[in-house]
Amino acid sequence: MSDVLVLAETDRGELAPATLEAVTAARSLDASTIHVLICDVTVDGDGAAEVLGDYGADTVHVVDHELLADFGPEAWGQVLVTVIEELEPDVVLACGTSKGNEVLAQAAARLDLPFVANCIELPADMAGTDDLTLTRVQWGGSLLEEAGLQAGIRIVSVAHHAVEAEPVGGVAAGLETVTPELDDVLSRTMCVGREMAEAGVTLSTAPIVFGGGRGVGSAEGFAPLEELAAMLGGRVGCSRAVTNNGWRPHRDQVGQTGTRIAPELYVASGISGAIQHWVGAMASKRILAINTDPEANMVVKADYFVHGDLHQVLPAVIDEIKRRRARA
Amino acid sequence: MRILCAVKRVPAPGARINITADRTDVDTTHLGFAMSPHEECAVEEAVQLVERFGGEATVLTLGPPEAEEQLRYAASLGVQNAVLLSTDGSPWDPQRTARAIAGAIETLENEDGPFDLILFGNESADSGGYQVGVRVARALDRPMVNAIKGIEPDIDGGVVTAKREVDGGFEVYRLPVPAVLGVKEGLNLPRYPTMKGRLASKKVGVRVIEAAAPPGGQSRMGLRQPPVQESTTVKLGDGPGAAPAVVDLFEELGLLR
Ligand SMILES: Cc1cc2nc3c(=O)[nH]c(=O)nc-3n(C[C@H](O)[C@H](O)[C@H](O)COP(=O)(O)OP(=O)(O)OC[C@H]3O[C@@H](n4cnc5c(N)ncnc54)[C@H](O)[C@@H]3O)c2cc1C
Ligand SMILES: Nc1ncnc2c1ncn2[C@@H]1O[C@H](COP(=O)(O)O)[C@@H](O)[C@H]1O
Repeated sequence: MSDVLVLAETDRGELAPATLEAVTAARSLDASTIHVLICDVTVDGDGAAEVLGDYGADTVHVVDHELLADFGPEAWGQVLVTVIEELEPDVVLACGTSKGNEVLAQAAARLDLPFVANCIELPADMAGTDDLTLTRVQWGGSLLEEAGLQAGIRIVSVAHHAVEAEPVGGVAAGLETVTPELDDVLSRTMCVGREMAEAGVTLSTAPIVFGGGRGVGSAEGFAPLEELAAMLGGRVGCSRAVTNNGWRPHRDQVGQTGTRIAPELYVASGISGAIQHWVGAMASKRILAINTDPEANMVVKADYFVHGDLHQVLPAVIDEIKRRRARA
Repeated sequence: MRILCAVKRVPAPGARINITADRTDVDTTHLGFAMSPHEECAVEEAVQLVERFGGEATVLTLGPPEAEEQLRYAASLGVQNAVLLSTDGSPWDPQRTARAIAGAIETLENEDGPFDLILFGNESADSGGYQVGVRVARALDRPMVNAIKGIEPDIDGGVVTAKREVDGGFEVYRLPVPAVLGVKEGLNLPRYPTMKGRLASKKVGVRVIEAAAPPGGQSRMGLRQPPVQESTTVKLGDGPGAAPAVVDLFEELGLLR
């Protein structure tokens, strides 16, 4: 049986869904007690204790410190260290989001302990100090690694989306306040402002994505993809070959170093399907590949395939949609 | 400005990543090597900042002697100095890597003064541990923020403004210099090496330091392929003649509203 400390991720006072994945993962361990740490003073503690209790948390520790009005990787890492030292948990866990991994890395660096990022399988029994073997992802999900871990306190993150958050109908968690001593110097990495785009469908939330690769040939070549995305309420995506050529901004890039997409349908035109592109696209419910090469990896892995030149196929698809809409 | 970038030599696989027979490493028999796209952007940013504000850029890697290839590539883009922390090529765990890199940076700074900015990739392309930069920053007691997609130094003010990519926009941070940042692809559009750059890179001296640091508590025991998603590909047709079948599919999936 082990004590588990879960780092909550929050966004301007709201618990991030990733937190519930982490608590669900903690529950899969032989856990005696699940503690959750909230480093964000703008979170409503009672509300959080209720939600987190529903997912199986026993105690929620909410921080109270004037420095912590927003996110700051160093300050959050230091708070986590304070709570680790007080609770001496067997396991420290977070969801492997950008911030989850960063704060765990900060805490591990401060304690000079190992930190194993993006695990997809944890042994049920993580108490004690024996060596453990964990399964984690490498190459953004293209490969799995068996990682050995030697540490008294096991600091690990669980890959985002590897666990589906599931409530257990638990009662509200107990609520405790943490008042850490924090050096003012930690203000140096507190978030000081935001620049947010207008809300709307994004690449990661669009129901249909029209992706174009090197086969599109130019920035102008994306016009039919843009038109299709506009017609169907989707978004345009692209491969790294496209961003490298300056045809599209990087925010449109799908893949290991771009965005992970999960639409109902991904239409991949003129994309060969390199592994680093594929890991960003593989969560799509269905994939339609349009390619001149029937042997392309994207074609082989797709559910549907049109053999042909995208510059002829896509305009024909636009015309067909217009024809049917005119009829309706 | 004095800027240092840390880059890692990794194989550049194509459609699939093959594993060696003993399942401990990526089979690199037919592969070229590269650095992570994040790190390419770190190098590009360093070169651009030196072009704007003067100073010099240094690229550092920990890896086998062959990693000189990645250092020369960075030099061909305009980096002035190159440092190889040489190992026998076996995988180093993140704690050990960070200790060796932090130690080397201390050595370099003792000789020539502090780096205003140390740039890491957000994560390495292969092992993706999300921590070496954070650990180095901690060892040097410098401010560090990850996932950065915008950098604007204010030299007189002694601060650097950094934008972190979050869902739907950016968070803004203002770090006192010297600072450490973990950057992501999209920070800039890296240039391609010119012939002149390639020739110049041959003249850049690579300083070799034998990497030394005690191991940490994480070790790589083995690699395996993720479970394959079986799929059979249904061909909808050839060329423009396939358009009705494509639109049928949109309709079937409820995407044609
Ligand atoms: C560490 C690392 C990370 C990476 N991260 C990413 C990432 O996040 N995202 C990403 O996309 N890539 C990434 N890459 C790059 C990746 O390896 C490939 O280089 C890239 O995805 C190739 O893009 P592409 O498919 O558009 O181009 P290509 O591989 O050149 O493929 C072009 C395809 O278009 C087809 N074609 C050509 N003309 C036509 C036509 N007229 N009609 C129809 N089809 C046509 C061809 O048959 C071919 O299949 C990464 C690489 C590395 C090393
Ligand atoms: N062997 C290495 N040599 C130089 N830099 C490295 C090395 N390993 C990691 N890094 C740097 O640290 C960043 C984060 O790596 P990681 O913690 O492995 O995800 C990388 O993007 C590199 O900038």
